[in-house]
Amino acid sequence: MPYLGSEETLKELKRALSNPSIQADRLRYRNVVLRVIRLMTQGLDVSPLFMEMVKASASVDMVQKKLLYLYMCTYAPLKPDLALLAINTLRKDCADSNPMVRGLALRNMCNLRMPGITEYIQQPVLAGLRDKASYVRRVAVLGCAKMQNLQPEAEIDGAVVNELYGLLRDPDPVVMVNCLRALEEMLKAEGGVVINKPIAHHLLNRLKELDSWGQSDTLTFLLRYEPRDEAELFDILNLLDGHLQSSHGAVATATLRLFLRLAAAHPAVQADALSRAQGPLLAMCASASRELRFAALCHVRRLLRSVATQYAAHYKRFFCSYSEPGYIRLCKMDILVELVNDENVALVLEELRAYCTDVLPELAQAAIFAIGRIGQMYSERCLGILVSLLGLRQEHITSAVLQTFRDLVWLCPQCTTAVCRAVASLEDSIQDSEGKQALIWLLGAHGDKISSAPYVLEDYIDSLKAELSSLVKLELLTATVRLFLSRPAETQDMMGRLLHYCIEEEGDMCVRDRALLYYSLLLCGVEDIRRILGGPTTDASLGVIAGHSEEPVDSWAPHFNTLELLLARGCWNAALSKGGFHSVACRVEGYPLGGLERDGNTLHTTPKDGPHSSLSLSLEPALSPESFERHWLELDVSHVGPVTCPWPHCLPEALQAALQLVQIQVLAFSRPQSLPWKAYLYSHGDGTLILAEVLRDSTQGADHLQLTMKQVPRDKHVLQGFVAVLKSALQALSRDTS
Amino acid sequence: MISQVFILSSKGDHLIYKDFRGEAKSDVVNVFYQMVTDLPADQPPVLMTHEGLHFIHVRQGGLYCVATTTANVSPFTIIEFLNRLTALIKDYCGSLSEKSVRMNFALIYEMLDEMLDYGYIQTTSTDILKNFIQTEAVSSKPFSLFDLRSVGLFGAETQQSKVAPSAAASRPIMSSRGDQEGKNEIFVDVVECLTVVIGSNGVLMKADIQGEIRVKCYLPSCSEMRIGLNEELSIGKSQLRGYGAAVRIDECSFHQAVRLDEFESYRILKICPSQGEQTVMQYQLCDDLPSAPPFRLFPTVERDSGDRLLIYLKMRCDLPPKSVVPSDFTTNLVLACILKPTTSLSQELSSPDQSAELQPSCKVIQWEIPRFPGGAQLSALFKVEVPGLSAASLLEVGPVCMSFELPKHTCTGLQIRFLRLSPAQPGPSQRWVRYLTHSDSYTIRI
Repeated sequence: MPYLGSEETLKELKRALSNPSIQADRLRYRNVVLRVIRLMTQGLDVSPLFMEMVKASASVDMVQKKLLYLYMCTYAPLKPDLALLAINTLRKDCADSNPMVRGLALRNMCNLRMPGITEYIQQPVLAGLRDKASYVRRVAVLGCAKMQNLQPEAEIDGAVVNELYGLLRDPDPVVMVNCLRALEEMLKAEGGVVINKPIAHHLLNRLKELDSWGQSDTLTFLLRYEPRDEAELFDILNLLDGHLQSSHGAVATATLRLFLRLAAAHPAVQADALSRAQGPLLAMCASASRELRFAALCHVRRLLRSVATQYAAHYKRFFCSYSEPGYIRLCKMDILVELVNDENVALVLEELRAYCTDVLPELAQAAIFAIGRIGQMYSERCLGILVSLLGLRQEHITSAVLQTFRDLVWLCPQCTTAVCRAVASLEDSIQDSEGKQALIWLLGAHGDKISSAPYVLEDYIDSLKAELSSLVKLELLTATVRLFLSRPAETQDMMGRLLHYCIEEEGDMCVRDRALLYYSLLLCGVEDIRRILGGPTTDASLGVIAGHSEEPVDSWAPHFNTLELLLARGCWNAALSKGGFHSVACRVEGYPLGGLERDGNTLHTTPKDGPHSSLSLSLEPALSPESFERHWLELDVSHVGPVTCPWPHCLPEALQAALQLVQIQVLAFSRPQSLPWKAYLYSHGDGTLILAEVLRDSTQGADHLQLTMKQVPRDKHVLQGFVAVLKSALQALSRDTS
Repeated sequence: MISQVFILSSKGDHLIYKDFRGEAKSDVVNVFYQMVTDLPADQPPVLMTHEGLHFIHVRQGGLYCVATTTANVSPFTIIEFLNRLTALIKDYCGSLSEKSVRMNFALIYEMLDEMLDYGYIQTTSTDILKNFIQTEAVSSKPFSLFDLRSVGLFGAETQQSKVAPSAAASRPIMSSRGDQEGKNEIFVDVVECLTVVIGSNGVLMKADIQGEIRVKCYLPSCSEMRIGLNEELSIGKSQLRGYGAAVRIDECSFHQAVRLDEFESYRILKICPSQGEQTVMQYQLCDDLPSAPPFRLFPTVERDSGDRLLIYLKMRCDLPPKSVVPSDFTTNLVLACILKPTTSLSQELSSPDQSAELQPSCKVIQWEIPRFPGGAQLSALFKVEVPGLSAASLLEVGPVCMSFELPKHTCTGLQIRFLRLSPAQPGPSQRWVRYLTHSDSYTIRI
């Protein structure tokens, strides 16, 4: 940020720096330099002082030297010509008798990020690799990586790579780990450092000498090693065993990840490792550092999907405490829901009940939702609590309770009577739109059991003009029409008013279209509309959510001990849109009509084989049907082939929406039941345009698709990635709709 | 690998900024501050992402300590590293605050330069770092009223001669030259964190103690230290030693430098402490407190005529008389649900030095008690006027949450029998053992 009078300050500093009497006084000189660095940290551009600062670097004062190196590394890219002046001093220091001076100079010389520096640093770096002081070797090894990074297009020097592989045997453990890190960066294009059997065993044997940071890095590198046979595998696991319970969380989790990876074929070993790593994880869940606590809780939350029973005995550790911030408490509530079993359900519910009156409305609501989720298994106990909460007559509580009621009625139809009784005796009005939607849905779906249903709905219809949320209006339309089916006499009049208002006066297109749709349906006759709206009251496929089965360990093990677990799923996709992993998320609207619209599960698939298959597709720039046709006719076929993939039985619109989420646009498709069925898709990936035709033919099996693709410019990897994304999306979709 | 490390004050001033890989520009610092201050309340701020750059931060001493990275790295490594960085700043600069960081920025840059190279962690050990760090720490005013830990440790009734000055443990480890007094000191702290939930029926629902033994060492070189714990200490649920009053803990873990060859038989920890602070042992005890919880509450909530709520709280301290005086004792009575903007409060407290007030922003009545001797009983009567009070609201008073510190007291009963340095140090060295229990969360439901 610019400071007032910054030019004055700069001038004054410049004068001070070139003042011989200050230069002669070590302390005063250093103080002036300190002031410059302080300004630099604050964000002021002090690069005009570069010349004077370079001169100051010739000092013998180590503290001053370090400060000046910091300055030079920051501004070298801005003033490359002046920075070259410093090179001589640095090179001289690289030959100093004191290893500390040598290392310092070499490190900072490699940190000067400017063009043309490599020719100056190459020789000192190579000399540094053979230096007798380990401190210098550490710096030199990473210097090789920095050098490579400065000129990425240059060819990798095989001799350096060999030397670095050789230095893995260096007596200094930090040099060894630095070699791994440097090689990983330099050989990125070839898939990183190679961990073969001798290297892996060497690393495992030296693990004990490393500090915790080196250990966790090395353990991560070992992830890519594949043991030859079982005997070797178990030898390795034996060696690693002690680290599972390391007091350093990072080491314990890195070891656990390696265990899960190596023992992928031995579920019993995995389970054993998970139970033994429980100690460190639980300790981190209670750590004094709330950030560490949060990270550990996120990991436990994911672990629980596979091994809930192991942690069930420790449920009390996940009780929230008064002093914890909201995000930790939310995480703990999630975990508590997973841990519930017959023994602890009473205590967990009592605890959650206490959170329902929390000062923060978000937390109170989260606690109510948590009780609702437990209610899917222990519905009676939870209903009692939820109904009693309605007695508090707090708006946010009532709203959350109604939302859980809606879900409970949907998932556990046996609750319906009790819920209807509670809703019937509800007195307060709800203000927030989520709560209103839930209440209206309940009134519409079970209006036959709630005597006051038409009157409550009528109130909403009468105050429709003041309603802002179109979602509430949509819900109201559906509910009113459904209530009309069960109680026509009481509802007919107000339904007429509602439809009239929504068709004639409503500004929101969705609401108007929905009203028109219902109007036309009503014209078809009551029986038809009953058949359409009646639908299933409970959807079997939603059972997945209710009694969710245990996930295999491998579904999350690759992400264990990575940042991904700390972010919500959706955010991660957005966060990494630049590259790296690419996961497919699709959300399917199962029922296109009315209140039956429910979110399907959100499904994710991640291509397994690492960064190579990474691909980011995008819909931009959009392609018009005409230009699609033109391209299609002009281009040659890049790839034709069958794809075996279960076909999702859903409406083409749902398919279109789902594929759009994975950045594939469906431009045109045949009518739903026609055979052969065709669809035309396009997407952009890594600078290429991909056009595709999907053909579903009755002659081949039901799961057989013929895929014709055209691409410009051609890139086989992108094409493969596209097929993978398409396949996983279709798979996810068919799993969801089957 | 870490791309940048920076430290911001709570107001967003840049205190430290160091770029290790040149992957991102320095303006991301402002982006970070924008993001962290704009965050909605329930969002976890630990990890944030902006254009492919991940920000991981820890918040300590009112400062944001941030690391950025572009890779999908281990969150534990980064968070532990940042925690280690703050611990080192505390060791080297005496305390972690905006002021101390501002005054010692050159030292912190020097430290970061040695700790990280090209974003890879090189070393964080004090013993190694001290060879490289040449800037001397500028220590800010050593005593601060706000440094609760050092204030809380020593109550008024302790024997003055045996007590180290309260700021003794918050000075830089290397402030060598200059002041000579009190140089060769070693502090061993047993700190326990108490989490208790007592149900509305007075039954202990959850009790949890997280304890640790910390050593803060100012000796420039210390060969070996032997810490003797209670001999009757038993670990784990099954193991019981002797009869009756054994000191028991459920689980413990040790610093990797601790040698345990005499731990099984004599309960002696051996360690060669390096300069600065380190946690030698961590332990925990769940569910089964050796003695009754230190504070009991007997609440009565009644609805007076009309809209008035009478809350009568009687509190008893079950600690032995005269043994300890809790300090900074605060009781928060949560009135989340019933509190309306027009609520008013009148109170009757059992002694004039206490105070109580209604805090509408956090929806609590806060009752502050400056002194609460063991065995004593205090009471308070709160009359709360709430318009539109209903019968159901009565059920929604509470919970009561207390926060306090108990110096010279451990709830597990863990004690340090002796502290020996061998071979004896040249020159005078002083050893201090301190005990402290503080409440992480002490909740009583009504």
